[in-house]
Amino acid sequence: MNGIHIVSRRGFLEGVVSAGALILGAPLLKAGEADNAAFHPSVYLGIQPDGTVIIVSHRSEMGTGIRSVLPMVAADELDADWKRVKVEQAIGDQKYGSQNTDGSCSIRDFYIAFRQAGATARVMLQGAAAAKWNVSPTDCKVQLHEVIHPASGRKAGFGELVALAARQPVPKKEDLVFKSPAEYRYVGKDMPIIDRDDLCMGRGKFGMDIKVPGMVYASIERPPVLGGKLLSFDDTEAKKVKGVQQTVALDGWKPPYGFQALGGVAVIADNTWTAMQARKKLKIEWDLGEHAAYESEAYKKSLFDTAHKPGKVARNNGDVDAEFARATTVHEADYYVPLLAHAPMEPPVAVADFKDGKVVIHTATQNPQAVQDTVASAVGIDKKNVICNVTLLGGGFGRKSKPDYVAEAAILSKKLGKPVKVVWSREDDLRFDYYHAVAGMYMKAATDAKGRPTAWLQRSVFPSIGSLFSASAEYGAPFELGMGWNNLPFDIPNHRAENGPAKNHTRIGWLRSVANIYHAFATHSFVDELAAAANRDRVEYLLDLLGPDRRLNMKPDGPHLIGPGDKVDNFPLDTGRLRRVIELVAERSNWANKKPTHGRALGIAAHWSFYTYVAAVVEVEIDQRGQLRIPRADMAVDPGMIINPDRVKAQFEGAAVFGTSLAMMGEITAVDGKIQQSNFHNYPVARMSEAPRETRVHIVASTEAPAGVGEPGVPVMAPAICNAVFAATGKRIRELPLKKTKLV
Amino acid sequence: MITLKINGANRQFDGDPEMPLLWYLRDILDMTGTKFGCGAGLCGACTVHVDGAAARSCTTAMKDAAGKSITTIEGLSAHGDHPVQKAWMANNVPQCGYCQSGQIMQAAALLKDKPKPTDNDIDQAMQGNICRCGTYQRIRQAIKQAAGVKA
Repeated sequence: MNGIHIVSRRGFLEGVVSAGALILGAPLLKAGEADNAAFHPSVYLGIQPDGTVIIVSHRSEMGTGIRSVLPMVAADELDADWKRVKVEQAIGDQKYGSQNTDGSCSIRDFYIAFRQAGATARVMLQGAAAAKWNVSPTDCKVQLHEVIHPASGRKAGFGELVALAARQPVPKKEDLVFKSPAEYRYVGKDMPIIDRDDLCMGRGKFGMDIKVPGMVYASIERPPVLGGKLLSFDDTEAKKVKGVQQTVALDGWKPPYGFQALGGVAVIADNTWTAMQARKKLKIEWDLGEHAAYESEAYKKSLFDTAHKPGKVARNNGDVDAEFARATTVHEADYYVPLLAHAPMEPPVAVADFKDGKVVIHTATQNPQAVQDTVASAVGIDKKNVICNVTLLGGGFGRKSKPDYVAEAAILSKKLGKPVKVVWSREDDLRFDYYHAVAGMYMKAATDAKGRPTAWLQRSVFPSIGSLFSASAEYGAPFELGMGWNNLPFDIPNHRAENGPAKNHTRIGWLRSVANIYHAFATHSFVDELAAAANRDRVEYLLDLLGPDRRLNMKPDGPHLIGPGDKVDNFPLDTGRLRRVIELVAERSNWANKKPTHGRALGIAAHWSFYTYVAAVVEVEIDQRGQLRIPRADMAVDPGMIINPDRVKAQFEGAAVFGTSLAMMGEITAVDGKIQQSNFHNYPVARMSEAPRETRVHIVASTEAPAGVGEPGVPVMAPAICNAVFAATGKRIRELPLKKTKLV
Repeated sequence: MITLKINGANRQFDGDPEMPLLWYLRDILDMTGTKFGCGAGLCGACTVHVDGAAARSCTTAMKDAAGKSITTIEGLSAHGDHPVQKAWMANNVPQCGYCQSGQIMQAAALLKDKPKPTDNDIDQAMQGNICRCGTYQRIRQAIKQAAGVKA
């Protein structure tokens, strides 16, 4: 492509890439995107001869702001002028390292790589200017898109130095000098995201907005029960609808279900609406299969039958059984969280164009490399021949890291020989989700005279996400148990965590904050119950339960870390940081002075997830009709170093609403194996008046390694709301959603 | 043949009169600013103005749009400088942004009817527009800013 690639690309890559990023040497950017003279010191960064700095966003934008925020890191370290930075969305390609935008890890895993990319380019531009002026590089510095030589007053723009910079030696990673925080131009500032104005003008391009020439539209009737098979169908009436082209029968999947297409009958039409309308006229006979007896109420009973028996030990400290045997005061409680759906505002959608053994995809995906793998296997080609273009995502929350809908489009395009757009309706989205697991939890504690636990037993039972990848998986996977189950940082001498087996009858998948949702609900509700039984102030009790400040490395009991770049040494569980967010939220929410009255009270919960420390105080008001409102939520958060405070706040404001939805109203149920919910009337999510009226986010200033912000605001909400409800009404909520309990 | 006005331009449609306006806009005219979220008038992502009033285009059949004047997000302002859009930008409202076309159209209709809305007015008017990212707090701030009422 150009001169720079001859200059030790391997060296560039090794110098630029963090341990967390798996990077393979490969040409940068899409062919034709950069011209021949461009300078590419990293797979994430290039500079054009006109001075434009191109920064690649290899992570997906689903609302966190990541496609602006990671580029900010590189631009800052390069001291580029943000107005002259162009962000390019990467296609799926393993050379970028993991693109799975999930696990709240984009900054955690990649901020170092982006810093190094910017610093490497800076050093080479400095070297180029020094060579040009025949001065020492140390006498030159980079300042807002120019290299300057202060002694002589000479200046050169990035663009004019590109060719020379490409011939500079690549600095070693360990020789790179980074800006000090005082020198940051963008990091730590409330920068607007690059897509903001487009999104306010209807110009953002989402998966739903893609149209390619010659494209047809597909709407698919899928087996109503997981694993159901198509026996026969009659499409006579469907085909009579004007604008319908044909119908196509699709094969089902083979276990484990993974990201495979579900199968069914597709109606192909000239536009989305016609395809959806005609689909209603299909007459289909299904073999419903083994899950047709699945029924949520009975399943709930079976979860608790299991939870009341000894399970597989996930953590064991001291001797819980001996302590229970001698204890005089013992508390027990069962907690339940139902299946939940992701319900992103943009339902799943994909465009695929299969031609000559290659597929070009346009889709809203959190994981374009999983799209490559899934599509390759669905249509029998090499994944190199799957080009996955990533659009903006109209929400993701974990749903769009599972590309079954992309496989559908690719299979149909191959069969039809033309580009196909598969559009899921809201009904499809809610009936065929990878649901957040239903969970039953049993908690037991013995307490001393002050109400402090001397023994603690916790048992959870839920169908595992492991069922995605292994048909026989029945126990929680280590990463699920490491989400707020075997790594609780309480100072209790006898402590056992267990997990029991459960079969899946729907597809199970990860949803924003994953297993922390049910684990945090059970744990922090139970803590509140113990504090209530001891008649102690909740904040004081919580701090007592945490014990002295200490840094915990929970191995071998847990935590199990998410993602390949994580080292426990970087992220010990520091109970001092957890204490600090509890104290901070208590102070900012005016906890000490807002005593509960009948119908109005505060509730608190504190939880560590995705290496981030969060404490929330939620205020509830319950009127005489039992109507609950949340006038205010306070969240104190310590996510380590942050890049864009406004976007961090936005994530916690949003998490407060997401957590309110699942606490108050979210529930997916099955009868005869069929999901009963179909749209927002029977799967409600929080609307404006139901959401916290005001969420105040209090960020602890920190120079610790950046952790994560997308998910950790969610788990605290349900327990904090339910604890507030108890304080206001005396009603203890042990089963979500809250709407099932009459509050007056 | 159905005739109507979209953002000031005359249009003619000779397809199925039952087709919702949403799909005419999106699939036929390629005006994709108006979003599909539920298809049942439950989420507000498809909100447009029909003769100046907010309406859900996913449940407005083309036959009912005949003779009407439709404004979509693309036609709300020429340069994204409607007071509501400016307030949305100033408050960094969007997260994923998918619902925001509908939110903005709904808010613009509210302010036309009630230039100085109360919190209750805002709750009432915006209740039909879901934001799954949870930007409601900033939506409220932005509406108040656009209206010049106290936050």
